[in-house]
Amino acid sequence: MSELLRVEGLQKRFSSGALPWRRHHVIALDDVSISVDRGRTLGLVGESGSGKSTLGRCILGLIRPDDGAILFDGADALRLEGRALVDFRRRVQPVFQDPYGSLDPRWPIGRSVRESLDCFRIGTPADRNRRVLDLLARVGLDRKLVDRLPASLSGGQRQRVGIAAALASEPELIIADEPVSALDMSVQAQILNLFMDLQQDLGVASLFITHDLGVVQHVSDRVAVMRHGALVEIGDTDRVMRQPAHAYTQALIAAVPRSR
Amino acid sequence: MSAVLSIADLVVRFGAGAAAAVDGVSLELRRGEFFGLVGESGCGKSTLANAVMGLLPPFASVSGSVRVNGREVVGLSDAELRSMRGAEAAMIFQDASASLDPTWSVGDQIAEALRAHRLGARDAKARALALMTEVGIADPARRYHDPPHRLSGGMRQRIVIAAALANNPTLLIADEPTTALDVTIQAQVLQLIDKLRREHGTTVMLITHDLGVVSQVCDRVGVMYGGRLLELAAAVDLFAHPVHPYTRALIAANPAAAPRGARLPVIPAEWSVESLEAAERLSGASAWEDVRL
Repeated sequence: MSELLRVEGLQKRFSSGALPWRRHHVIALDDVSISVDRGRTLGLVGESGSGKSTLGRCILGLIRPDDGAILFDGADALRLEGRALVDFRRRVQPVFQDPYGSLDPRWPIGRSVRESLDCFRIGTPADRNRRVLDLLARVGLDRKLVDRLPASLSGGQRQRVGIAAALASEPELIIADEPVSALDMSVQAQILNLFMDLQQDLGVASLFITHDLGVVQHVSDRVAVMRHGALVEIGDTDRVMRQPAHAYTQALIAAVPRSR
Repeated sequence: MSAVLSIADLVVRFGAGAAAAVDGVSLELRRGEFFGLVGESGCGKSTLANAVMGLLPPFASVSGSVRVNGREVVGLSDAELRSMRGAEAAMIFQDASASLDPTWSVGDQIAEALRAHRLGARDAKARALALMTEVGIADPARRYHDPPHRLSGGMRQRIVIAAALANNPTLLIADEPTTALDVTIQAQVLQLIDKLRREHGTTVMLITHDLGVVSQVCDRVGVMYGGRLLELAAAVDLFAHPVHPYTRALIAANPAAAPRGARLPVIPAEWSVESLEAAERLSGASAWEDVRL
């Protein structure tokens, strides 16, 4: 299986407090290395403050790491410029937790999905509206919703729009940061099914960030566990869930409420 | 033994002509019982709890009966409700930092709950310190004067629990008390609530969307959908033999229980929360939007 993304020795420290002698430092990423193969899903779990979202944001280029390397398809993602950078952004797309926050409330959803097509000049301008409708159908939304504002959609429908917008540029890697955490159980099941379908049909790889071990074990091929900015364990999902090597992973699995 | 909480044919509407947020619910809770009320967003579980505590907005129309320790709550005056809250029934919420005043010390906020029920200042402080020890806060004498932001989310929820239990209520309603917490902290807080329930014989009504939590701690479970109580059963029976199709679908939709990579069974469209939301939108006046005042 060929490697799509490789993260090596990533370091990130955040500082807070304006005055130098009152400054606090938080080590958000401490020498983190992971890799994602083409078309596969790596689940990234950890509790709040473990650095899992920071890692996702570093890969997306939203945060610049202090040290380390991010290799995407063999190229150093931290040194990309110009056309290569634009191309990288087309190939790596985010899906966030809060579809309320990631869609412009004043834009009809069709425009939000089309934005990425316009931005990356995909297809002819005339062709783009048809593509938007195809994308909506692809994520299970009725084409009639294309003119609706996000406020008139349900939470699950909004998350489908977020996924359609991410898919518009035909990415090879999706960084999904808690994509189902805000959804009800019945809607969560639908969105997880959609993720698995997309992976099968389109061969998109994903980094699936979540605090929910149940979700992770269901959708990912491999799991990485983070704590206090460091990677404590990484391995095949079945192995990690059945025989967790690290004490923290064991504690995390034991804490998940399960049916008796 | 008489029921601690008995609800009969409760209907709650937010405004005349609006859909019923709670639609004819009847329920009895026994002394010392750990009861779980589950359902998805908008099913009416929080509205039911607010009706018990007399916390509904003034424009809500309530019919039916809610009795706490045999006393009718529907139609009580504000002063009567205030004396009932805390002493007989107490409630904790999802977001502990919203329940606490950010400018007050956490200890004083526990003491305030005691003084509201006529305990002297010195006694209130002593009892507050004892309560802090009871809910597992290390070095309470030092923590007493800390403002809420010095405490972690789990610790803040412990303070709220201490304040809720300060006057030994017979009924504790916990509305998604662990939803905002990490799983390891969630397990600790649930254990704490269960320990206090056993020691004090408090009846607990745990409101949650998380079936895993319910199966772990509750004796009996009620499943709500669209304002109605669909199913009421012992926790063991509910998970072994769910009767209602919605309950079955809800249990099956849990990814932790399904084999990896398999498609999750989807709740039939007519039972999905989304169809409920769509119906709300069509009817115009949304009961749920009115609640957010």
